[in-house]
Amino acid sequence: MFITNTKRIIKAALVNFWRNKTVSMSAVLVVSITLLVFGSLIFSNAALDSVLLQLKDKVDINVYFTVDAGEEDILELKKSLESFPEVESVEYVSREMALENFRKNHENDQTTLEALDELGDNPLGATLNVQANETDQYESIAKFLGENSSSSSIIDKVNYYQNKLVIDRLTKIISNTERVGFVVTLILIIISIIITFNTIRLAIYIAKEEISVMMLVGASNRYVRGPFVIEGVLYGIISSALALIIFLPVTFYLGSFTEKLLGVNVFEYYLTNFFHILLILLVSGVFLGVFSSYLAVRKYLKV
Amino acid sequence: MIYFEKVSKTYKNGDKVLDCVTFKIEPREFVSIVGHSGAGKTTLLKMLLAEDHPTEGFVFFGSSDVSKLKKDQKNKFRRKVGVIFQDFRLLPHKTAYENVSFAMEAAGRTEEEIESDVPHVLELVDLGDKMWNFPHELSGGEKQRLAIARAIVNQPDLLIADEPTGNLDPINTFEIVQILKKINELGTTVILTTHNKGVIDSVGKRVITMDKGRVTRDDKSGKFSL
Repeated sequence: MFITNTKRIIKAALVNFWRNKTVSMSAVLVVSITLLVFGSLIFSNAALDSVLLQLKDKVDINVYFTVDAGEEDILELKKSLESFPEVESVEYVSREMALENFRKNHENDQTTLEALDELGDNPLGATLNVQANETDQYESIAKFLGENSSSSSIIDKVNYYQNKLVIDRLTKIISNTERVGFVVTLILIIISIIITFNTIRLAIYIAKEEISVMMLVGASNRYVRGPFVIEGVLYGIISSALALIIFLPVTFYLGSFTEKLLGVNVFEYYLTNFFHILLILLVSGVFLGVFSSYLAVRKYLKV
Repeated sequence: MIYFEKVSKTYKNGDKVLDCVTFKIEPREFVSIVGHSGAGKTTLLKMLLAEDHPTEGFVFFGSSDVSKLKKDQKNKFRRKVGVIFQDFRLLPHKTAYENVSFAMEAAGRTEEEIESDVPHVLELVDLGDKMWNFPHELSGGEKQRLAIARAIVNQPDLLIADEPTGNLDPINTFEIVQILKKINELGTTVILTTHNKGVIDSVGKRVITMDKGRVTRDDKSGKFSL
């Protein structure tokens, strides 16, 4: 009996979906738009992440050592810095490399190079370039360097304090952008869900009389609700397929543009994360359809 | 078979639509209930279908108290009762065949039973050639005959007809009454509510007259009198 009933429910859902084409199409349209919003949010989050990551990469602090600092002491300090969880990477630039860089940077500045030659000795100290995971972690790293007495004798200066203002401001911008992005995402998702829910509720409101007749004929709740829930599944499947197809030409068109502007090619991002995005859209589409149908029918099952 | 025992119904706003109604209907009886609009006929039928509950008193169908049925018992009970309405209440997106087969599916009948019974019952109400039409393609009389086919396909013990001829012309009205009489002769209890004097007179069976929520007359072989 269970199998027969399930078969009948699925058949009824397919037939209803086909016969109420206008209603089905409008439901599919609204769910599709919701899924397009979801997808766009995924893309814009990826773009935002990439932009913020680039910004973060540009921030670092440099530790300048005195000219007579021993290489072993510097490398030991590097090692202890690397053991910090906040530290992402530490780059060591030796005195010789610093000189070479300096020469390269002043290739066309003959007077400076001549002055350097005149000195005979290498006037530049070694440096450590420290990159933290998050921009707000530089302060504690700088503090560590200042308080560490064994290393403070060899450290000439830490440029965090010169850059503090810029780093702080950037930290604020990044965290604000992330927060605003999250809130906007949340609001858009909530609006889309409400609109979808109401459209499906309206579609089922049209069938209100039908539901009461089915109840009067003695159909069980499950048997009345079944086809509507399956129709919800159909809305989800068709809409997610539609959204996925629409994203193909759109991301292709925007791909090179976003790569130039934001450093991430949305078309490539779409292709590499296709199954991930498919799963998100399919699951949320089906969930939205089923959940809305289930709730909407429940209201009319109390005859 | 059916007992109304001192049934009263008072709505929250204080309106008393049924006032101590008591009567009894035997199996295979054909009972007409007449009365002005608002006399309480439809409320009475709603209680019989467990759509509404009495404030006082009991409604018994056989040995079960209708108002105390649980949800799934209610569904099973409704499959034993066929109902037709003035406004037909067909499923608009289903064909004549599907409207009837839906009632059988809801009752959990097999595909074989459905395939053999549906054409048969549609033939019985003279809709054999309109099996694949949708309700909006049928005339008023045809719609009501389809509703009857749906109501009787599960061989109910009781058929309730709530003003079934209210929207029909005299010829269709006559046809519907003839079908109802035939169903009754085949052994189904029929309860009919109506305003139509001609219908009551042509049935010529028991008539219960209601006024302002009370039973005012109960005639064995009644005539229409209000």
